[in-house]
Amino acid sequence: MGFGRMGMNGLMKAACGAVATLTLSGVLAMSAAAEPLIGQPTDKEMGLQPNVTELGHEVDWFYNGLLFPIITVISLFVLALLVWIAIRYNRKANPTPAKFSHNTLIEIIWTVVPIIILVVIACFSMPLLKKFNDVPTPDVVVKATGNQWYWAYDYPELGVEGIEARLLPEAADLKKAEAAKVPYLLATDNKLVVPVGKVVHVQVTANDVIHAWTVPAFRVKVDAVPGRLNSLWFKADKIGTYYGQCSELCGQDHAYMPIEVQVVSEADFDKFIVAQGGKTRAMIAAEEKAATAAAAQAAADAAASAQADDAASAQAAPAEAAATPAAAPAAAQPSSSPAAAPAAAAPAAN
Amino acid sequence: MATVAASHDHHHDDHDHKPGFFDRWFFTTNHKDIGTLYLGFAIMAGLVGGALSGFIRWELYEPGLQIFAKGSMLDALGLFDLTNPAAQKHAYNSFVTAHAVIMIFFMVMPAMIGGFGNWFVPIMIGSPDMAFPRLNNISFWLLVASWILLCVSLFTPSGPGAGQHGFGGGWTMYPPMSTHAGSPGQAFDLVILSFHLSGASSILGAINFITTIFNMRAPGMTLHRMPLFAWSVLVTAFLLLLSLPVFAGAITMLLTDRNFNTSFFQAAGGGDPVMYQHLFWFFGHPEVYILILPGFGIISHIVATFSKKPVFGYLAMAYAMVAIGVVGFVVWAHHMYTVGMSFDLRAYFVLATMVIAVPTGVKVFSWIATMWGGSITFSVPMQWAIGFIFLFTVGGVTGVVLSNAPIDYSLHDTYYVVAHFHYVLSLGAVFSIFAGFYYWYEKMFGIKYNAFLGTAHFWVMFVGVNLIFFPQHFLGLQGMPRRYVDYPTGFTYWNQISTIGYAITLVGVIIFLIMLVESIIRRRPAEANPWGEGATTLEWTLSSPPPYHQFSELPVIKEDDHH
Repeated sequence: MGFGRMGMNGLMKAACGAVATLTLSGVLAMSAAAEPLIGQPTDKEMGLQPNVTELGHEVDWFYNGLLFPIITVISLFVLALLVWIAIRYNRKANPTPAKFSHNTLIEIIWTVVPIIILVVIACFSMPLLKKFNDVPTPDVVVKATGNQWYWAYDYPELGVEGIEARLLPEAADLKKAEAAKVPYLLATDNKLVVPVGKVVHVQVTANDVIHAWTVPAFRVKVDAVPGRLNSLWFKADKIGTYYGQCSELCGQDHAYMPIEVQVVSEADFDKFIVAQGGKTRAMIAAEEKAATAAAAQAAADAAASAQADDAASAQAAPAEAAATPAAAPAAAQPSSSPAAAPAAAAPAAN
Repeated sequence: MATVAASHDHHHDDHDHKPGFFDRWFFTTNHKDIGTLYLGFAIMAGLVGGALSGFIRWELYEPGLQIFAKGSMLDALGLFDLTNPAAQKHAYNSFVTAHAVIMIFFMVMPAMIGGFGNWFVPIMIGSPDMAFPRLNNISFWLLVASWILLCVSLFTPSGPGAGQHGFGGGWTMYPPMSTHAGSPGQAFDLVILSFHLSGASSILGAINFITTIFNMRAPGMTLHRMPLFAWSVLVTAFLLLLSLPVFAGAITMLLTDRNFNTSFFQAAGGGDPVMYQHLFWFFGHPEVYILILPGFGIISHIVATFSKKPVFGYLAMAYAMVAIGVVGFVVWAHHMYTVGMSFDLRAYFVLATMVIAVPTGVKVFSWIATMWGGSITFSVPMQWAIGFIFLFTVGGVTGVVLSNAPIDYSLHDTYYVVAHFHYVLSLGAVFSIFAGFYYWYEKMFGIKYNAFLGTAHFWVMFVGVNLIFFPQHFLGLQGMPRRYVDYPTGFTYWNQISTIGYAITLVGVIIFLIMLVESIIRRRPAEANPWGEGATTLEWTLSSPPPYHQFSELPVIKEDDHH
């Protein structure tokens, strides 16, 4: 191979060139990128989207603070060894090859050190996984159902059902999206509205094929599988609009069934629920209270009237007293059952 | 026995008697000819699969539909129905599916196992041929039949919409996308039958390799003296033999769900779509090691040859491959962190998956230690091998990231995963195939290639594939989902860089084809051993190309001349 010598020089030159180019383009890209957008992808960005949830903060620390430095150091270490070998152990620099083929100590080191690194990673990974898994007591429960090709949202506790979120027609066309100032392929006609600073428990399933529900800024994703109820949770700490996209291949319009989550203040959330014909938690609690009070009042009245009218209306009172307590629990029922729902739903978190 | 053979072969005047063209290339039972057929098949399939990915990257150059659209250049080809939007978007999905299936089952596997495995395992262990030569023949021709079924499926209605041809549910074929709910047409039935055939082909091949390696080693060629490439194919053959039947079962259940009203995977009938995913990945994860393990073997030989040093830690290298193979069977559900498994199950699969990094690290560091202290010639195969080691490391460390479920929730089904598996496969497995091709080209075909063209091929391809796949990490971190025909404007920049990288890679592939044509026209005669003292395995003791039937007198291996 007459090319051997030239190949060597070419290799080194080109390797240096490649590294320089990559570094340079990286620096350029980073300086070129503007402040990253919140809740949607930003062009030219090279890292995770800014996160807005409690889980997100920890995930970002885990990736940016632990995993990314480790993999960068390992990759650069291997690259440095290869470059050093190319310089030091090429045919010219080292005409006589060594003949060794074993070194027990170094073999033990490169087995044990990676194990230690992996154990360290696992020590951070496992508690975080546990945190993802254990859904705290939810403030709002949402059911998201994947369909070809849109998402349907219910608030089962609040009496709101059948909100269908499809790709906004303007967002389906590049020019129209720009004119209407909506993000292309991300905006939906109806949105999932949730309150800020509250634990939202999303239960996810599908009607036809498998879909996946995700919001990158929340760092959550779960598959929507027909016949299964999967779940995830998040607690968004910033009011705003956050986008996601279906993340399991589901047919021709897989790329056209986005997820738009509006995180709003609690007051706005309550307004939204009422506007949708549902009842807010406060309303349900008040009704519950009123119903309990009414039942207690009715029972007391019945008892009092039974005593007072003991002699006078001996035939009518027992019937009245018997009827009122029976009606009271029935009235209280709709408001008490949602309170039990989160507890019943919790085992599905797995 | 000897006399019987002699009486049969009395018309053979010399050892290099070759049959006529038709007998030789259609009925051959010769391991070297079958290997050549496999390599030619893999190059053909690689060009088809690469062309499909070209249309994918071209479409993704900017937001909006440009290529999978009416009046585009793809439409002008007239092969695909792009008359309505539903058909256009479906065509993209079927391209993505076909790209994966072709590259995995019809390019990498035939090249590594069928091509290099057939060519060099018998020679390296000092055997005249494979144990079952006729089984070897049918392994190849079953693959051709499988290929035909797959190609036919691309032009068969899949549905549910009008004009939607070819299965579009991804190479993972998850139900209900792959049952009647998602793909009512006949296209997917053809895909299932295609997989049955290629699976049978691979199982027969695996049986053949295991039998050959266990029974036909030359005197003195103990398992612990066997070259690492033969070790890698042995481990691969076991992975195939144990995983493919599970896969065959899973797709047969899909077939009966589709055609015989069973409901293995249909929730409405009491089945579970997630069970399919478990069965699929029980095969699918060993499959990715099937794709890369022979590459490990090839790289070990090249690194040792051009460093003029024996492989560092030979036994550790062999048993690291065994360990990767064994552990590779118990990590499958790391592909399924988002399907809704219990905490314990997810925790187990996180930990088990990370364990694989240990034997993989042993291999990478042992390659480096093999080069350390060597006297290295940077010939064409060595450049590919060094490129492999670095790029495979990059793909490996992103695998460690993905093994952690808490971050995988953000990256699952995004371009980060696409970048990861293309680094270990497109840049790992494919680089090792090219390394092996340039290492053994003279040996196989008896002609020399132009080293300048080989070097140019390497550098252009190295820059090209890195430009394609490195930016895809950024896209994935920003949240771009996989298998998307169109994307929000926030993903434009890195997609454009990626597509430019494809154009550069295409130039590299053209240089490769020029290299092939140039060497065939010039016909520079090859040397028996062009690589010198570092090339110690048995193939370098034979002429280039080797005689049609080698080792009529078996070589005897002494303690010193192994690996």
